[in-house]
Amino acid sequence: MSAPLPAEDILVDVSNVDFAYDKRPILSGINLRIPRGKLVAIMGGSGCGKTTLLRLIGGQLRPTGGQIRVAEHDLASLSRRDMYRLRRRVGMLFQFGALFTDLSVFENVAFPLREHTDLPEDMIRDLVLMKLHAVGLRGAHKLMPNELSGGMARRVALARAVALDPMLIMYDEPFAGLDPISLAVVGQLIRKLNDALGASSIMVTHDVHESLEIVDYIYFLSGGKVVAQGTPDEIRASTDPFVKQFVNAETDGPLPFHFPSDDYRKTLMEVRP
Amino acid sequence: MTRLLRAMGARTVDGIWRLGFATRFFLAILARSGTSFARFQLTIREVFSTGVLSLIIILVSGFFVGLVLGLQGYETLQRYGSSEALGILVALSLVRELGPVVAGLLFASRAGSALTAEIGLMKTTEQLKAMDMMAVDPIARVVAPRFWGGVISMPLLAALFSTMGVFGAWFIGVVFIGVDDGAFWSQMQASVDFRYDIVNGVIKSVVFGFAVALIAVFEGYDSAPTAEGVSRAITRTVVNSALAILALDFVLTSFMFRGNG
Repeated sequence: MSAPLPAEDILVDVSNVDFAYDKRPILSGINLRIPRGKLVAIMGGSGCGKTTLLRLIGGQLRPTGGQIRVAEHDLASLSRRDMYRLRRRVGMLFQFGALFTDLSVFENVAFPLREHTDLPEDMIRDLVLMKLHAVGLRGAHKLMPNELSGGMARRVALARAVALDPMLIMYDEPFAGLDPISLAVVGQLIRKLNDALGASSIMVTHDVHESLEIVDYIYFLSGGKVVAQGTPDEIRASTDPFVKQFVNAETDGPLPFHFPSDDYRKTLMEVRP
Repeated sequence: MTRLLRAMGARTVDGIWRLGFATRFFLAILARSGTSFARFQLTIREVFSTGVLSLIIILVSGFFVGLVLGLQGYETLQRYGSSEALGILVALSLVRELGPVVAGLLFASRAGSALTAEIGLMKTTEQLKAMDMMAVDPIARVVAPRFWGGVISMPLLAALFSTMGVFGAWFIGVVFIGVDDGAFWSQMQASVDFRYDIVNGVIKSVVFGFAVALIAVFEGYDSAPTAEGVSRAITRTVVNSALAILALDFVLTSFMFRGNG
């Protein structure tokens, strides 16, 4: 994937993107490309701008500089109506599922189908049960979200995200807070759904080992910049200090543990009035 | 002194900004209300949540207010030998003022706070963002049906409040104290004017419904997405709704009732 791809093979093209909240810069000069049919991970420490980048690609935020193209549409030039038209072909899994708490599991998955199609009730039922079967939760279709475990909620949200067979699926920390078994199940589901639907997927995560098993390509973000990238094999073999620190969970390295602050000794010795 | 002025200025600017944002939000609700009427079951569901589920508190409160009005009214009227006018006193008090105002205050506490909490929590748990990412407009799908549900419920609740109040006053005045039953009802019938009293009361309750529903959905939608943010938003809903109802009541009363009825 290091070789340049033809433009038609690129589904998401993030080109020289900057973003700041008020005057606080979050991302600067980000370049990344998501090819069609691939599962790409965006990794980095907490607060490095991963989720912000996902929101920019989803059109929920507007970049302060640069350009984002999704399916050959420049997001900045889309009207609200056109943005919604594009989003009908995009699925997103939020960090904690974001299931609608007043709707049952079945109704949560049926929600996008009811909102965007005129399908008869029988067909909606079949489609919802098929999606729930794919995530292993057909038997839970009558439950309410508050009756689900974290892993189950994530899987229901996954079924909802793919209800309309999207061309692009975005995952925001899909493994956060999951036990090892649920984590492996969700990881395999993400890979299988991507391949079965012929979709492209972007996964924001800091779970290195699970991601290396399932993704096609990885971008590492730090300090609002892409600091490393490569296939899982390239990442495993990388001697880049940042990648080594992140993959091996080392405390020493270019990624600082402490938020920038004054000298520790000086702060402690400071005479207070 | 400079700091005080600066703080006052900042608060004023913030208040004006929020007022402007609320106005734009109101216009956005109106512009995106198509779904609320095209899929009327969404609005009906909210009428159930805000209206039907508020019935107990409205009916019980109306009854007690009627009991108190009956007692106080009788106590005052009998001094002037006109205790038969109890029906008029109670009906006019309830239909013109107490029905819309007290029902509005109760509606703000019961349904308004629930609306704010629900929308605020949907925001906190990213349900609104998820909906937006699914190309479903949260204002059209979540906010507008709740707003119209509140607007429709409020006059119905005010009418039921007044009805229960009249019944409560009849119960205490006629059944317990012994005011003449015929005089109670006939004087009420003769003196309460449909256009002047009842329609104006209904207009008040509709206006209060608009105000409370708008404040409730706005505060929920604008709340900070944290537990503290939702809690503050609920407080603002109850306080701002109460102030809005009382201020609007004065304005409407001054236009509607000028002693020429």
